[in-house]
Amino acid sequence: MSSLQFDIAHLLAGSLVLASFMMLYQDRLYALLNVYALHAGVLALSVAWQAYVQQAPHLYVTALIALLFKAVVIPVALHRIIKRLGIHREIENVIGIGLTMMAGIGLVALSMVVMLRVTPGADALAREDLAFALSVVLLGLLIMVTRRNAVSQVVGFMSLENGLVLAATGAKGMPLVVEISVAFSVLIAFIVIGIFLFRIRERFDSVDMQALDRFRGERR
Amino acid sequence: MSIDVLSAILVIPAVSAALLAILPGYGQTAKLNVVAALATFLTSLSLFVVEPVSGQYLLVDDLNKVFIVLTTFVSFTTSVFSASYIQHEIEIGRLTPTFLRFYHAMYQTLMFAMNLALLANNIGLMWVAVEVATLTTVLMVGIYRTHEALEAAWKYFILGSVGIALALFGTILVYMAARPVVGEGLDGMVWTVLVKHAAEFDPALLNVAFVFLLLGYGTKVGLAPLHAWLPDAHAEGPTPISAVLSGLLLNVALYALLRFKMMLAVNTAAIAPGPLMVTMGLISVIFASLMLYRRRDIKRMFAYSSIEHMGIIVFAFGMGGPLANFAGLLHMTMHSLTKSAIFFAVGHIAQVKGTQKIADIGGLTVTNPVLGWGLMLGVIAIVGLPPLGIFMSEFLVVSSTFARAPWLTVILVLGIIIALGGLFLRIGPVMFGEPKGKTAPAEASYVPMFTHLGLVLMAGIYLPPGLVTGFQNVAKLLG
Repeated sequence: MSSLQFDIAHLLAGSLVLASFMMLYQDRLYALLNVYALHAGVLALSVAWQAYVQQAPHLYVTALIALLFKAVVIPVALHRIIKRLGIHREIENVIGIGLTMMAGIGLVALSMVVMLRVTPGADALAREDLAFALSVVLLGLLIMVTRRNAVSQVVGFMSLENGLVLAATGAKGMPLVVEISVAFSVLIAFIVIGIFLFRIRERFDSVDMQALDRFRGERR
Repeated sequence: MSIDVLSAILVIPAVSAALLAILPGYGQTAKLNVVAALATFLTSLSLFVVEPVSGQYLLVDDLNKVFIVLTTFVSFTTSVFSASYIQHEIEIGRLTPTFLRFYHAMYQTLMFAMNLALLANNIGLMWVAVEVATLTTVLMVGIYRTHEALEAAWKYFILGSVGIALALFGTILVYMAARPVVGEGLDGMVWTVLVKHAAEFDPALLNVAFVFLLLGYGTKVGLAPLHAWLPDAHAEGPTPISAVLSGLLLNVALYALLRFKMMLAVNTAAIAPGPLMVTMGLISVIFASLMLYRRRDIKRMFAYSSIEHMGIIVFAFGMGGPLANFAGLLHMTMHSLTKSAIFFAVGHIAQVKGTQKIADIGGLTVTNPVLGWGLMLGVIAIVGLPPLGIFMSEFLVVSSTFARAPWLTVILVLGIIIALGGLFLRIGPVMFGEPKGKTAPAEASYVPMFTHLGLVLMAGIYLPPGLVTGFQNVAKLLG
């Protein structure tokens, strides 16, 4: 592999981590969705580049799924859900942005230390990909725990799944079954989410998870 | 011929799920559900007669035979219980016919997913199956659409998905570790190939992979501190689902974990998975048994008891060795049978009394003697009193590990005793206190409950030699 090919793959995977960071500090739902669309777009580019570098045509399918489904269909659909629920004006801020960013930097450092140390034998591209992928997964988790709006938790989860796709494509020659299943799971998850958001809305008049938390635990 | 048995175990639930989604009406569909579950169970029994050939996607060995037969059996008895339980729910209007159709289709889909997870020889396929099983149970937990049910389902969905995502990352790492040795492509995900070559894998990568797999599948097993979804999901869903969750789905996740443990055991340079599992198991036992004391909801209480028992089982498998593995396997079987029998009883009791609050249920042995004594027998079994099967398996767990790790075993025994106190403290007034709540006789089907309890009692007194040799073979396989 030429160094240019490596550099471009590196750049794209790094951009995915950057997009994850951008999601961390969005406090408006529409803005968060737009960054998520960007996140998925970068993922599609990154996967397509891997397909070209590894000469693995089936990865183009994965890239196409990411582009069509995750970068276009899901954000548009969530836009409409948010509009219909009338929550587009809501601003949320659970923990301070500075603190969240610091935690995010810590998580990225952690994943670099862990992944680079345990994969000295693997080729450079796969190593970097895994490290970036773990960062995206951990940042996705961080987004989920710092948000209390159901829609933003879902967006955090989907960004986490983008990280998994990046890891799967980085593992050279991984059978297609996994990529299909990831796409499939996003699909089902999305249906479930759609149903749930409406049911939650119908019951609670809100998708703020704190409204749900009041019902937590034992019934008295 | 032999391949046909394997595909039949998967095709029967899949086809019936499709049929049940289409067919209207209550009576026939409930029967069809029972018939389909029975057919799957009988097909799985034939695994003992014909020796099926394992392929690249499906696998049969002594280990998953035990799991498959147990799963299909409890699925069958639960479907019988479900038929009478659901009839009551329809009569009082908690479920509408549309939701019922959905419920039955989901029930069979869940059976399909669990059987696929148990039969899969491909770690990717296994992951997909566990994911499908998770999503179907999420939908079923939320089926009543109350505040609590939605909250439970959402929590389960989010925590379960995160767990499953971590497990996928672990699966990818296993493939990365396997690729330099077994080459690219499908082989890198076939479990039998992986086990054969695991000794040459990069140990550092395997270690990280196992940590992810333990956290991921461990969430689904309900190990503390990853258990937060479990009590809510058990308490708020329909009771047949609580029985299947506790009795079967937790086992399926544990099975996935055991497969990876067997793979790591081959590689001597990798970390031993045992101590990690022992630690998480003990934490779960102690934590869950302490939590039993402050429960107000009867289904939540037994959900915590499930966490405790999964802790004991994971502890036994973590200790390893033929004896402890045997004990763990026996305990898992006994727990599945007993806990689902308890949920059968609790389901009918909650329907008779119209509540799940422990404070509002009282004097069951007077008002509903059969149900009351059935539940009492189940509780006596689950806390581990002789002569029932769980006493025997807990005794085996303790005696097989005491010589190797006396202090750990003391902690385990302490947890079991704390749990005994908690359960008896809470269940006493329910059984023998002042009669409270409605006293209408239950329209229950007692057959599933007493079948399970009878089997547990029999296992406590006499284990058939065939079963013992079978379990011993599996225990050897687990290493």
